[in-house]
Amino acid sequence: MTSSTILYLDDVSVVFDGFRALNNLSLFVDQGELRAIIGPNGAGKTTMMDVITGKTRPSAGTVKFRDADLTQLDEAAIATMGIGRKFQKPTVFDALTVFENLELALKAPRGPWACLRWVLGGEARGRIETTLEEIGLTARAHDRAAILSHGQRQWLEIGMLLMQDPELLLVDEPVAGMTDQETEHTAALLRRIAGTRSVVVVEHDLEFVRALDCKVTVLCEGSVLSEGDIDHVQNDPKVVEVYLGR
Amino acid sequence: MSATTATLPAMGRLPLRLVLWGAVLVLALIPLLNQLPESSALHVGDFIVTVTGKWITYAILALAIDLAWGYTGILSLGHGAFFALGGYAMGMHLMRLIGPRGAYGHPVLPDFMVFLGYPSLPWYWLGFDMFPYAFFMALFIPGLLALIVGYLAFRSRITGVYLSILTQALTYALMLAFFRNDMGFGGNNGFTDFKELLGMALNTPLARAVLFYASLVALVGSYWVCQRISVSKLGRVLVAIRDAESRVRFLGYSTTQVKLFVFVLSAVLAGLAGALYVPQVGIINPGEFSPGNSIEAVIWVAVGGRGTLIGAVVGAFSVNALKTWLTTAAPDLWLFALGGLFVAVTLFLPKGLVGLFRKAEK
Ligand SMILES: Nc1ncnc2c1ncn2[C@@H]1O[C@H](COP(=O)(O)OP(=O)(O)OP(=O)(O)O)[C@@H](O)[C@H]1O
Ligand SMILES: [Mg+2]
Repeated sequence: MTSSTILYLDDVSVVFDGFRALNNLSLFVDQGELRAIIGPNGAGKTTMMDVITGKTRPSAGTVKFRDADLTQLDEAAIATMGIGRKFQKPTVFDALTVFENLELALKAPRGPWACLRWVLGGEARGRIETTLEEIGLTARAHDRAAILSHGQRQWLEIGMLLMQDPELLLVDEPVAGMTDQETEHTAALLRRIAGTRSVVVVEHDLEFVRALDCKVTVLCEGSVLSEGDIDHVQNDPKVVEVYLGR
Repeated sequence: MSATTATLPAMGRLPLRLVLWGAVLVLALIPLLNQLPESSALHVGDFIVTVTGKWITYAILALAIDLAWGYTGILSLGHGAFFALGGYAMGMHLMRLIGPRGAYGHPVLPDFMVFLGYPSLPWYWLGFDMFPYAFFMALFIPGLLALIVGYLAFRSRITGVYLSILTQALTYALMLAFFRNDMGFGGNNGFTDFKELLGMALNTPLARAVLFYASLVALVGSYWVCQRISVSKLGRVLVAIRDAESRVRFLGYSTTQVKLFVFVLSAVLAGLAGALYVPQVGIINPGEFSPGNSIEAVIWVAVGGRGTLIGAVVGAFSVNALKTWLTTAAPDLWLFALGGLFVAVTLFLPKGLVGLFRKAEK
C-alpha cells in the first residue's frame, strides 16, 4: 500500500450461506482517483460496496480507509469518516421535499441535539442551491421526492452524495434510467469531482465507462478478472469470454 | 404530512393555530363554569371537570406515542408502563402526605405497609414526602427505563413488530411485578384514599381547578416541545428514519442515538401525563400497566391521525369521549366499538380523523 492509497481491500471474502459473493478480492484506490468497476450481474460489485460501507461484514480479509479498519465500524461512523454512497436502487426520502433531502445529506453535525438546533444559514442554502442547479432539480426543489421520476431520483441521490462532501464516493449504477445527454453530464460531473476526491463507479453502460476515461476493474465471481484502461480490458480474452462476449 | 406542513409558508398554518388556541380557551373555561351556581344554564358539573382533566392527561400520552410512532416509526405497545410509572411516583407522594390520617393512624407508614407488617419505610420510599423529588422521579424513572430498554433494543436493531412485542412484554412484566405485595407498592390495591397535594385538600373545587389547569399547561407545553421538534431538522430526520432507517445511517446519522433521544423524551412525557392523572382520578393500581391500556392509547393516535400532533390530541379526546359515553350507555359494547373503530380507521382513514379535514381543505 503506497501512502496515496485511500481505500484498501485485501483478500476480502464474503460468504452467504456457503455462496462466495466475494472471493479473495483485492482492490486499491488512490487518493483523487476515478475508478470504474464493471462485471456481469452477480459479480459482487454491490456486495463490495456493502463491505466498504459497513452494511455487510466480510468473512475474511482487510478493509481499510486510510488507517481505519472499516470492518470494526458501523454505517454511520463510516459515513461520517468521509465515505458517501449512491445506491443502485435509488432510495430517497419520499415524505420530504427535494430540498429537505439535500439538507438532510448536507455535511453538518449529526447528533439529535445539533439537528434540533440547526438553522439553515446562507452558506448552507447556497450549497444546496448550487447542487440543485447541478442536478437539474431547481424547479422541483419544493416538490416531495415521492413524485419524482426514476431518473430524477437518480439525480437526487447523486445530489445527496455531493452534499455529504465525502472524500471517497461510491457510485452504484448512476446512469440507469438516464437519457444520453444526462449520461454525458454525469460522466463529466464525476470526472470533475475526481482529482480532489476519490470516486469508484460501478456501471454496466460501457459507453459511459469509456467517457469516464479512467482505470477499469473487471469483477467476476467475486474477484478481479482484469484491470487496466478500457481498451485493455475490452480486448482481454478472459473478459471477452465471461462478460463482453455474451 | 407533517414534514411538508413544516416547509409550507405560515399561511396554511395560521388557521390551525387559531383553532388550537380556541380549543385551549374553551377547555380553560370548564373549571370556571364549574364555579357558577348550579341553577345557571352554563354550569358544568364536577364530573365534567375531572373527566376532561383526565382526557387532557391522555392527550399528553397520545402526543408522546405519536412522537415515537407517528414521526419516528417506533411502535411502542408499552407506553402505558411509562404513564403508570409516572402515576406511581406521584401516588407515592400522595400516600406519604396522608400521614397519620390513615385507617391505622401510623405517623409515617401507609396503611398497606402497616397491614403487611413493615417495620419501617423501605429505602426507595425515602424522599417521596417532598413534592419536587416525587415530581422529578415521575419523569426520571420512565425516562431511565426507556433509556435502558431503548439502548438494548435499538443497538441490537430490534425494530417493527419485534419492538412492539418487546414493549408489550415490558408492561406486562411490570404489571405482574406491581401486583406483588412484597414489591412495596401496595400490591393489587395500589394506592388510593389520597388526602391532599401541595397543601390543598383533594376533592375540592380548588384542587380540581388547579390540577385541571396544571394538566392544560402541561399539554400546551408538551405540544410546543413536539411542535418545535417536528419543524426542526430533527423532525425531518425522524420522518426519514421512519421511512428508510438504513438509508439514514448511510448518511452518517446514528439512528440509534436519534431514536433513543425520541424514545426517552416520549417516555418522560408519558410519565408527566401519569403524574397529573393520578391525583385527578384518585387511584393508581397495577391495572394501569395492563397491555390493553397501551394498545388503547395507540388506537387513539391512529384514530386521530398519526404523524400529526393535532391528530394525537383529537384522537385522545374523541375516543375517550366515546368511551365515557358508551361505558355508561352500553358497557358491553365498548371493546367491540374500540376494535371496530380501529379496523375502520385502518381500512378507510389511514390518516385518521385529521386526514378527513385535510382532504376537505383541498
Ligand atoms: N444478503 C445476501 N444474501 C445472500 N446472497 C446475496 C446477498 N447479497 C448478495 N447476494 C448474492 O451475491 C451475489 C453478488 O451480488 P451483488 O449484488 O454484489 O452483484 P452485482 O455485481 O452488484 O450485480 P448487479 O450487476 O446485478 O447489480 C449475487 O449472486 C447475489 O445473489
Ligand atoms: Mg449491483
